[in-house]
Amino acid sequence: MDDVFSHFDLVLKAFWLTIQLAVLSGLTAMVLGTALAAMRVGPIAVLRGVASTYVTLVRNTPLLVICIFVFFAAPNLGVLTGTPFLVKGVVAVGLYTAAFVAEALRSGVNAVDLGQAEAARAVGMTFGQNMRHVVLPQAFRASVPPLASTLIAMTKNTSVVAVFGLMEATARMRYFVNRNADDTIAIFIVFAIGYIILVELISLAAVGLERRWKAAR
Amino acid sequence: MTGSVLFDSPGPRTVLRHRLYTVLTGLAVLAAVVGLVLFLDSKGELAYGKWEQFVTPKYIRALLVDGLLKTLQMAFTSVIFAVIFGVVFGVGKLSDHRPVRWLCTLVVEFFRAVPVLLLMIFVFFSWGVGDGFGAYWSVVIALTLYNGSVLAEVFRAGVLAVPKGQAEAAYAIGMRKTQVMTLVLLPQAVKIMLPAIISQCVVALKDTSLGYYITAPGLTYIGKAMWTEFSGTHLQTAIVLAFLYIAVNLVLTVVATWLQKRFVGERKQLDVGMTALTVTGEMRQGGAGQIL
Repeated sequence: MDDVFSHFDLVLKAFWLTIQLAVLSGLTAMVLGTALAAMRVGPIAVLRGVASTYVTLVRNTPLLVICIFVFFAAPNLGVLTGTPFLVKGVVAVGLYTAAFVAEALRSGVNAVDLGQAEAARAVGMTFGQNMRHVVLPQAFRASVPPLASTLIAMTKNTSVVAVFGLMEATARMRYFVNRNADDTIAIFIVFAIGYIILVELISLAAVGLERRWKAAR
Repeated sequence: MTGSVLFDSPGPRTVLRHRLYTVLTGLAVLAAVVGLVLFLDSKGELAYGKWEQFVTPKYIRALLVDGLLKTLQMAFTSVIFAVIFGVVFGVGKLSDHRPVRWLCTLVVEFFRAVPVLLLMIFVFFSWGVGDGFGAYWSVVIALTLYNGSVLAEVFRAGVLAVPKGQAEAAYAIGMRKTQVMTLVLLPQAVKIMLPAIISQCVVALKDTSLGYYITAPGLTYIGKAMWTEFSGTHLQTAIVLAFLYIAVNLVLTVVATWLQKRFVGERKQLDVGMTALTVTGEMRQGGAGQIL
């Protein structure tokens, strides 16, 4: 236990890397996931097919296998060879999470009742007005809870890159556990609390947003 | 696109325009696929030699028996334990006794917020190594704790979803609390839970891949052995692994959908995705399907 506290800077550094991974992968996943969701609800059948194929394939593949593609297979092909590990981690986690973000956003659009769009047309709103004032605001609000759980799961998933040589929190816990075999429980609790803090921060933010944006139904 | 909240039903001109877009994007997608195939071919990745092991009986058997079968075993063992864990702690969270309720809530929230890999490493290095129970059971225990706490939440939601009048009626005819739970609420909750349990199998199956880090048996372990033996075949091995996982998971998804129709009806599935959240019941609306 003394080992962890006398080297607490290493713990903080590891969580800082976890936070960097989570923020960057989250941004990547949001951008890509929004594009996928737009393709899935859009009018062009081919794009709908492409997006739903991507979502189905990626959702059913373990993140670890996606990491094998990014960390081992791609460099063999001469892609992503000189890229830092952090970027590779972001690519893997981002590509994986995008599929779930797309589903979360789509569920938001589906939560808006068709009758509301019809009513908006009936009172003479144009397509743009209908989107801006009726459909999209509600879709965004309805997406907050599923999006938050996606981001929480993603933050926990950043631990998978520990397998591929990034010294983030999970890899750092293994390092401490290797050095202090008698203290595994205490070390585990320290790192678990770190993750719990991150998870709670995201869910508090989500609850706050949800309260503020609560749509009258 | 009739029935979409985003678009009006298209008129003839819009239909034509959409057809044009469809053809154009179709060509672009085709070009991308052809480009990818040509790129892989130019790198020699499509050569028969790099795929030969996957049509060799000895290696197919290794993949299916030592890989897939072990993976399925680990996943199903942990889901069965997870259901037990989930029922115990789900009932515990509904208990009338405050200490029991708090203890169960604490346990469930804790294991849900901690990454499975962290849990797996901890279990393995604490009790799995040396004379311990080994990597296989470390994976099973870690997955049981995680999936069990997700299922506890699902179970609790399932019990709460049974109309209140049923419990009241049961009390009215003189049943005790235990009887109400075991004879009235529990069977119905399990019925509502079934599709969620199957979906959780998908999650468990994907998470068994993490056993790679603690050298537990399973698909990813065999994969590593294969690309070590045939160096430079990471891409091919990863494609085969992904294919196997996707195939099994799609079957499970079909089963879950069928059970949903059969037992729960058209009602919305109990949202496993939402239960990833640690805060309040308010968050349990909307739907994102399975958790990561």
